[in-house]
Amino acid sequence: MAESNDYILKVSNLTVKLQNQVILDNISFNVKKGTTLAILGPNGAGKSVLFRTLLNLIPHTGTIEWTEKVKIGYVPQNVAISDVPMSVKEFLSMGDKVDFERALSMVRLNDKSVLNKRLGVLSGGQLRRILIAWALNDKPNVLLLDEPTTGVDMDSEEPIYLMLNDIKKTQKITTFLITHNIHLVQEYADNLLALNKCVTFYGRSEEIAKPSAQRIIYGEPVCVETLKGEA
Amino acid sequence: MLDVVIFSLFLSIFVGVSAGYLGSLMVLEKMALVGDALSHVALPGLAIGVAFKFNPFIGAFAFLFISAALIWHLQRVTKISFEALVGAMFTLALAIGIILFPNLDALEAALFGDISQVTMIDAIVASAVCVIAIFLTKVIYSKLVLAMISEDLAISKGINVARINLLYLFLVSIVVAIGIQIVGTLLVGFLVIVPAIAAKNLSSNIRRYSLLSAVFGVIAGFSGVLLWSFSSFPFPGPLVVFAGIIIFAVTVVVNWRMKLTV
Repeated sequence: MAESNDYILKVSNLTVKLQNQVILDNISFNVKKGTTLAILGPNGAGKSVLFRTLLNLIPHTGTIEWTEKVKIGYVPQNVAISDVPMSVKEFLSMGDKVDFERALSMVRLNDKSVLNKRLGVLSGGQLRRILIAWALNDKPNVLLLDEPTTGVDMDSEEPIYLMLNDIKKTQKITTFLITHNIHLVQEYADNLLALNKCVTFYGRSEEIAKPSAQRIIYGEPVCVETLKGEA
Repeated sequence: MLDVVIFSLFLSIFVGVSAGYLGSLMVLEKMALVGDALSHVALPGLAIGVAFKFNPFIGAFAFLFISAALIWHLQRVTKISFEALVGAMFTLALAIGIILFPNLDALEAALFGDISQVTMIDAIVASAVCVIAIFLTKVIYSKLVLAMISEDLAISKGINVARINLLYLFLVSIVVAIGIQIVGTLLVGFLVIVPAIAAKNLSSNIRRYSLLSAVFGVIAGFSGVLLWSFSSFPFPGPLVVFAGIIIFAVTVVVNWRMKLTV
């Protein structure tokens, strides 16, 4: 049994209603320091709302308890950059002081010329890496990644997960990851939370048997009680 | 007359810089048409100023800011699009303004600009206000851009997006109210939009974009007023618009040439 101070986050009975509709229904889960929690679920399951709630952007009931001194880096799924004449260098400079070389090497972008490129001309993979570099700039101990491989072709997905795994280990960052890729989740996440408004699965990522995973995550939601056997 | 020309040219520099600089954000926010339409809302304020014999630009600013704040609030509460709300409010304001104007000459001056009465005090006060507006916008510029890229990202960084948006609308209202003096309510939207879209043609980073936008604003404003001073034309507004359009056309050609050579 884990000590309570091993946890960086404890969520209990979290419910979110937006315009009288229940978006998240009585969600409870805990996250240990330094682990990766993958969050899966169909579209509209409330995954992004959960992130926004964890960031305290949305009113909610229930409790969200972060340990002291938590510093969150956030990578949203959608950013409106196509029309903004902003260079990568300028983007990375928004916020705290930045060491560009370190920022780029953390996300495995070795070509420094990317700094002078306009955000709108970056490839999907480069843009995701720049967003992650920006989130890492404040030296967070928690990283919330909302579909970090959005707009990235399939071949480039795994290198991004590999990179995130390295960052997690070297920087000792607790990672929350919204994704649709069950295969990569089992490879790179410690625990898995399947959401469909309520929790439909919560446990070690390898516990979810591959044949039944699709049904549990994307099938008719069957809510489960969580926190009996902790992940 | 020479005094008026000198004061007007002086004023056009500050109006040009501030409208260009603040307009660069308006264009990025995809609110270019909002900026244009918003300026028309000043008309009833100008009319009340003329009718009750107080500085019409105070009336214009009051109407602009109240409308901007109202639209800002309605949009947050009702989620109706900004453009739709501004469209409705702008036509209503135009109708009220035309009814309220005591005579056609005053209406004409309000619509197309009148700098024949600019005094030294007017020019100095208006220019000082423009400088303050530029300075405050510079303080919130990168925060507004971040909020544009992702509002969640900005809020998660502790930025009060609603508050900086309101401050920005306040500053735009001030600059538009001052700009009306030179180019009039019908044409002031031009000074907010065109320098910025011309700058966008030549920019791959925000620093250059905001700087060029301000520079193009000055060139359009100053050269328009200068042309007016040598002409017998009654309003400087249309000449400012022509100067600006030439700048825009040049940037389109340069942008096209750059693409050909890359």
